[in-house]
Amino acid sequence: MIHSPYVRKAVSVQRTMGLVLLALIPGIVAHALLIGPGVLVNLAISTITAVGAEALMLHLRKRPVAIAVGDLSAVVTAWLVTLCFPPIVPWWLTVCGALVAIVAVKHLYGGLGQNPFNPAMIAYCSMIVAFPALMSQWPPAGQLSFDTQLALILGGARDIDGITGATALDALRTGLRSGTQTVDAVLQGSAFGALGGRGWEWISVGYVAGGLFLLAKRIITWHMPLAFIGVLAGISTLFWLLDPGRFASPLFHLASGGAMLAAFFIVTDPVSGATTPRGKLLFAGGIALIAWLIRNFGAYPEGIAFGVLLMNMCVPLLDMKTQPPVFGHHKDAKGGGK
Amino acid sequence: MKIFRFRGGIHPEGNKDPTACHPIARLPLPQRLYIPLQQHIGEPAAPEVEVGDHVLKGQRLARHQGSVSAPVHAPTSGRVIAIGDHMAPHPSGLPVQTITLEPDGEERWIETEPAVDPFALTRAEVSARVRDAGIVGLGGAAFPAAVKLDAGNRHPIDTLILNGGECEPYLTCDDRLMREGAGYVVEGVRLIANGLGAKRTVIAIEDNKPEALEAMRAAAAAHPGIHVLRVPSRYPMGSEKQLVTTVTGREIPAGKLSAEIGVSVHNVGTALAVCRAVRFGKPLVSRVVTVGGGAIRNPRNVVVPIGTPAGDLIDFCGGFTEPPTRVLMGGPMMGQVLPGLEAPVVKGTSGIIALTAAEAHAASERACLHCGRCVDVCPVGLVPLELAARVRAGRIDDAAELGMGDCLSCGCCAYVCPAHLPLAHLFNYAKGEIAARREAQRKAEETRKLAEARRLRLAAEAAAKAARRPARPAETVETES
Repeated sequence: MIHSPYVRKAVSVQRTMGLVLLALIPGIVAHALLIGPGVLVNLAISTITAVGAEALMLHLRKRPVAIAVGDLSAVVTAWLVTLCFPPIVPWWLTVCGALVAIVAVKHLYGGLGQNPFNPAMIAYCSMIVAFPALMSQWPPAGQLSFDTQLALILGGARDIDGITGATALDALRTGLRSGTQTVDAVLQGSAFGALGGRGWEWISVGYVAGGLFLLAKRIITWHMPLAFIGVLAGISTLFWLLDPGRFASPLFHLASGGAMLAAFFIVTDPVSGATTPRGKLLFAGGIALIAWLIRNFGAYPEGIAFGVLLMNMCVPLLDMKTQPPVFGHHKDAKGGGK
Repeated sequence: MKIFRFRGGIHPEGNKDPTACHPIARLPLPQRLYIPLQQHIGEPAAPEVEVGDHVLKGQRLARHQGSVSAPVHAPTSGRVIAIGDHMAPHPSGLPVQTITLEPDGEERWIETEPAVDPFALTRAEVSARVRDAGIVGLGGAAFPAAVKLDAGNRHPIDTLILNGGECEPYLTCDDRLMREGAGYVVEGVRLIANGLGAKRTVIAIEDNKPEALEAMRAAAAAHPGIHVLRVPSRYPMGSEKQLVTTVTGREIPAGKLSAEIGVSVHNVGTALAVCRAVRFGKPLVSRVVTVGGGAIRNPRNVVVPIGTPAGDLIDFCGGFTEPPTRVLMGGPMMGQVLPGLEAPVVKGTSGIIALTAAEAHAASERACLHCGRCVDVCPVGLVPLELAARVRAGRIDDAAELGMGDCLSCGCCAYVCPAHLPLAHLFNYAKGEIAARREAQRKAEETRKLAEARRLRLAAEAAAKAARRPARPAETVETES
């Protein structure tokens, strides 16, 4: 330090990442208990892959390896990749996802802080495009034993159509596309719980708990979660009120798919998101809007990942156009009050 | 009274308790005093004593020169033993013109003329006494106080704000001053209000100083025009722009003085100095300095003659408990590194702070995460991460367009940065660069104007010549010119 300030807040990249990992734990625990421990196996695979890839890339880029690996950012990326993948994807798919996120999205763009796109979302989108069937096999709550899950992950038989039901978003979509069913009728099916997808809804609650922890620790600000949840709830409420037969309720939208994981852990990714307060609101609100549109009218049951990537592209523009007013340059800065 | 909120700001560890709880101590006379001729913003003072002269306490050593300047007085009686270069209390450590005084230990005052009734003095008389006493802003900026008072003649001042914010961590000199000298401070602020013709006076004190608030309320109770206002503890509350907004809701337009929107802001230490100068005729020869930080054995506030070497002050406070990583002059948010312990205390020195490595949380720089915390805390509304990226790329003009020139250098952005980017450092560099470019541009413009004027003058002369000799052919005129 050769210039003031000579005191600093006790914050660091490592502490930030560590707290994010801690905040993910309630959701992961709920996941392991309700759906099965497969997710833990895939978390381990992705963590090892991501950290290994991070170290290798740093070495190739001739950067100090120990400090950068120690900042835990690769572990956060690995966990987020796994948590937005189905928990029973084969190991090599997890490896691919982690490699795409760390090697292509992060390091080819210049490493930590330089990537314009959200690594976990690129991993998700590239894998769902490349392996749509595997990326759509979401097991229903508590029906697959650990042995079965382990066998699926490590490369056993994949004839599991009988055991993996459609996800709540999937079932709703297929039901509505058939043209004969209304939302209420579809929601009677076994995939649905009290709020959204059976079992999955409680994982969402876990993510919310972790997200509130991050808010309390000031790792994230309220802007993005509020804008994301607000817009998703607002637009789904509007259409649900207009035609409850065709559009699902806001509660369903919020509790299904990755909405809560996204609200607190995905859209809040600092590196690829907007940085100004108003920019954050527009960024997260835009993602929610795109996600809702894709869920209702698009070709994929879940649209958050595409929403994130599309809004990532808008970040430079958003940040440029939403700089806070500069002190002393207000239009009424003649001393007439704020 | 209504309080307005300013944007951003931080809540740093105050670390004020170790010094705030002790009464102000008095430093025994040092062996030598080193009194720089420039302790203020503006022109340096011109010496009017010779080596070998014996001077009395309060005697003028150097007179002010130029419109923005301040005289310098002898902090004690003694002999002038040198006039020459000594280390400046500035990170550069470059030598500056300094008068070295050897105290004779008698503390004999020069004859002073107390005012019979200081409140009967005219504005000009108040201002003259303040100027002659060498008073500058004691909050740290060291702007000559009389110049600020005179601004009241050009701009009507409706609100005088006494800045008792003291938002810098560690510093408690203003806090102790308000607790121990509330009566004098209130009298001083009344004199300033008188000098400015201000209608109302607001004494703004951060809520982390309840004892000072209490003392100032009691002292101001008899004066209905004075409001003692409790303001939230939020750095940079003590910055003039932020304090004016907090108290009045007004925003000082960029590039303007607070006086232009009818507000004048003075520090509590300045008010005390004004009281001593106007009522008792005594010049500014000492000040209260906070000697603090984790590396100081007995941290406390001390009244110090101007010119005391920092080392004497630290020795008086028990020396160091461990080697400090930094010794600062001023607070840790905006203060500067002391180049050496022989650098003297000057009028603007609010603190000598010796930080341990653990206090500084020093860490190596990492990549920017774009987390936006710097944006949240910037009191100006800048986007520091974007500015930093531009300054690093050498795109100073782009940074200027985003408001670089409005940066206060308060350091909030660097304080909260989890990647430990040297944001304030980059911005000070950029601001210096912008100022240099503006200066270069002004010079180029000036040169262009002069060249243009010369061309016109020569052309006019040639035309005049041609007019006097109408018979001559035009070509000859051209060759002559």
